Amino acid sequence: MIATESLSKRFPRVTALDRLSVDIGPGVTGLVGANGAGKSTLIKILLGLSPATEGSARVLGLDIATEGAAIREQVGYMPEHDCLPPDVSATEFVVHMARMSGLPPTAARERTADTLRHVGLYEERYRPIGGYSTGMKQRVKLAQALVHDPKLVFLDEPTNGLDPVGRDEMLGLIRRVHSDFGISVLVTSHLLGELERTCDHVVVIDGGKLLRSSSTTDFTQTTTTLAIEVTDSDAHPDGTAAVRDALSERGVETHHEGAGLPGAGHILLLTAAGEETYDLVRDVVADLGLGLVRMEQRRHHISEVFTTDTTDTAEGSGDEQRKEAVGHGG
Amino acid sequence: MAVEQPLTSPPGETTRIHDIGYRGYDGPRLGRAYARRSLYSQSLRGAYGLGRSVKSKVLPMLLFAVMCVPAAIMVAVAVATKAHELPVAYTRYAIMLQAVISLYVASQAPQAVSRDLRFKTVPLYFSRPIETADYVRAKFAALASAIFILTAAPLLVMYVGALLSKLGFAHQTKEFAEGLVSVALLSLLFAGIGLVIAAVTPRRGFGIAAVIAVLVITYGAVSTLQAIAEVQGHSGAIAWIGLFSPVTLIDGVQSAFLGATARNPGGVAPSTGEGIVYVLVTLALIAGCYGLLVRRYKKVGL
Repeated sequence: MIATESLSKRFPRVTALDRLSVDIGPGVTGLVGANGAGKSTLIKILLGLSPATEGSARVLGLDIATEGAAIREQVGYMPEHDCLPPDVSATEFVVHMARMSGLPPTAARERTADTLRHVGLYEERYRPIGGYSTGMKQRVKLAQALVHDPKLVFLDEPTNGLDPVGRDEMLGLIRRVHSDFGISVLVTSHLLGELERTCDHVVVIDGGKLLRSSSTTDFTQTTTTLAIEVTDSDAHPDGTAAVRDALSERGVETHHEGAGLPGAGHILLLTAAGEETYDLVRDVVADLGLGLVRMEQRRHHISEVFTTDTTDTAEGSGDEQRKEAVGHGG
Repeated sequence: MAVEQPLTSPPGETTRIHDIGYRGYDGPRLGRAYARRSLYSQSLRGAYGLGRSVKSKVLPMLLFAVMCVPAAIMVAVAVATKAHELPVAYTRYAIMLQAVISLYVASQAPQAVSRDLRFKTVPLYFSRPIETADYVRAKFAALASAIFILTAAPLLVMYVGALLSKLGFAHQTKEFAEGLVSVALLSLLFAGIGLVIAAVTPRRGFGIAAVIAVLVITYGAVSTLQAIAEVQGHSGAIAWIGLFSPVTLIDGVQSAFLGATARNPGGVAPSTGEGIVYVLVTLALIAGCYGLLVRRYKKVGL
């Protein structure tokens, strides 16, 4: 779907993209990076709106430098910021946007009704947008990106400003855009955790450079971390230490806890190799006669990917760095 | 989660709502020219509040009525008194009511462009096939057309009235045509100036004030200077001073070439040479406004 070849974008004072070469196939692809990593810049260049300083890229097989209009006809874009006029209804607005994409009037109206229903807007679509909640506005923004049935959509931070429920709904919707609608998605976020569940493939960029590009399964395999918390008992006044020792006897090393973080001393972190790790933990805790307060998969913050990645390449082990996840798991 | 699952009908039940699921679109995609026309018609309708809230229809419709009523009265008077000539020439009409036109431009130019800037809708346009120039052309043409409708409608009323009261057909048609050329030029010029000012600011109120200031204050200043020049006997300067306000610019063009009587002190029409300068300045201003708008939107882009 997208192929970039040492794509660079330099502004007078900043380098937004630095020789980025990446191949993105069909499906849902997450583009992860901290704020200012170059995500939005990349989307603008791929839409053919902002010329690249050097390098080249093709979207849907079309050259961004010369075939921008043809690309934009088959691509949808949902910007990060608010972009909706408050005094018109969602229907009117999306119909207008459909016509701007070249749909004839009747088709524009039909597609608008369909698309708004698919993103979950019903009766409220006839009311002015000004009265919508953030979640509803995000749906309208998504609808205008999908209304012309593009082959590919760029979604820039679609979960921004949503509460946890709204986030889950939006992520489910994004998943459906590919699975039910057959439209490939490039979605940006600064949270790796939420993209792990939605995307087939994740591309991590930092400072305009490609840090990592791999399928989500690779990601979770290398980074699934279990957090365990146990009770203390009379026999084992320090239950945490007892479990740690018992685990290391059986060859499972726990990571060092993040010292100084609240509650960190009671939480053990270990890398899950697969199903058997869960069984092992269960057996160990049961043998010691302790209560298992929690055993959960840690969600990873983006900073962790950065740190593990650098140590993976530098030292071949990222274990020390995983303690970073303690502070912001979940 | 508020998404529908396809409903499967259990056996035995015949009435069921079927969700046919997502349907793709493989119909025609009409491209840039169509999108530009759509944007043009949407903006033109918007300039009269059509397709917008009731509140936003009030002012443009009111101003439209204010423009047409004096023409209707004039026609009525001319018919009743069996006059041989309409009380006001076609070319004079717009100049006479220039304050109303200025008010219309001031209220609708920001409406046409500031909204898209303020609500950041512009990126949605430019992520579609249309280019910066298409957007600017559609908006420019739409506002110019809206002003043309506003200024040409009363002329049409006068023309129809004049024909009904059997004033000379050939003479009236010629003057009506000259009037139309004059207001067409005025529409382009006012639309350009209004849009350039409005496109600089996302704040609507500020846009309105700035447009009024430019259109009305320059007219006031130029008129005053011309009056002073007249009193002090520098009648040669009057024509040149007139170049500095949109209204007097149009007045100069039409009094030089379109058979109008100049409205400046002393009624001095510009000479042919001066008239050519007027035309050139007017055309340069229109082109300049277009160029500035394209540059502005290149920058706003995304």
